[in-house]
Amino acid sequence: MIVADRKPLKELLEMVKDFNKILIIGCKGCVTVCNAGGSKEVGVLASALKIARKKEGHPLKVDEKTLERQCDPEYVDQIKDTVDGYDAIISMACGVGPQFLSERYPDSRFFPALNTTFFGGAVQHGIWEERCAGCGTCVIHYFEGVCPIARCSKSLQNGPCGGSNEGKCEISKEVDCIWDIIVRKKMEHDRLDELLEFRPPKSWTTARDGGPRQSIREELVI
Amino acid sequence: MRISYPTSVKIIQVPCTGRVDILHLLKAIEDGADGVYVAGCLEGECHFTDGNLKAKRKVQYVKKTLEEIGIEPGRVEMFNLSAGEGPRFAEIAIEMFERIKELGPSQVNIKNAA
Repeated sequence: MIVADRKPLKELLEMVKDFNKILIIGCKGCVTVCNAGGSKEVGVLASALKIARKKEGHPLKVDEKTLERQCDPEYVDQIKDTVDGYDAIISMACGVGPQFLSERYPDSRFFPALNTTFFGGAVQHGIWEERCAGCGTCVIHYFEGVCPIARCSKSLQNGPCGGSNEGKCEISKEVDCIWDIIVRKKMEHDRLDELLEFRPPKSWTTARDGGPRQSIREELVI
Repeated sequence: MRISYPTSVKIIQVPCTGRVDILHLLKAIEDGADGVYVAGCLEGECHFTDGNLKAKRKVQYVKKTLEEIGIEPGRVEMFNLSAGEGPRFAEIAIEMFERIKELGPSQVNIKNAA
């Protein structure tokens, strides 16, 4: 899923300082699962903003709504009758949400409440880790199901580098050297020689290096 | 035991402090409470294993949130005591009452009184 963190309250208060009536829109997709922008977090943010503004003697009217997803026009459409009634709208979705909203409602002002961080999963309750870099050409099968693009600090495909020390990466003692893990897994399965196989350089044109990306599935286009 | 505690302390019963939510604490402050505290079982003695530990983390979150907003985090607190400690319950109520008295009315109320 897409993982995100909420921006600091100070930053959000600054965004809405000139407004009197706002709408906070959550998303029931990825950001609900990573507890950053679901209906619960919408409620918490709404309450925190209201407390802060009451404290300043400049109360803020805050309405709350959570859409199924903010990355699909059919759900974004659901606020069409109410969107004009607000000075500003805060989206608690990943970076896609506020963009889809502002494209659909060009006359309204939208602000992002979240910092979208990475594609990952929950390694334990409350802790999420990056697993995918969205490079557009998956290579994890070469590396025992482990992605060096996302999980090696240098995205090396021929590691480990000299910064690997006792299984940890040189950037931090908390960060595993993913190449140490890959090599150990290869040895365990007696497949270490596979790392010697020649592969042409990875094409990065499918990653961000090729510019903004689009995915077209002809069979689904109406 | 007929022990008394300050009349301004209003009790909201929950089956376990694990039921207490961040939003409950924030709403209390938002709606005008000068302080709010959670009285849970002693750590390690929760009938539901870790309800009081979960409540503790939620109280910490709310404290942090209030601090970010510029409200004294001491207005929210977590206390642990056993169900058999009536005198301790009154003691905690008095302790919190005195703390809030010292802090004065919440700025949320002051600015919106007029």
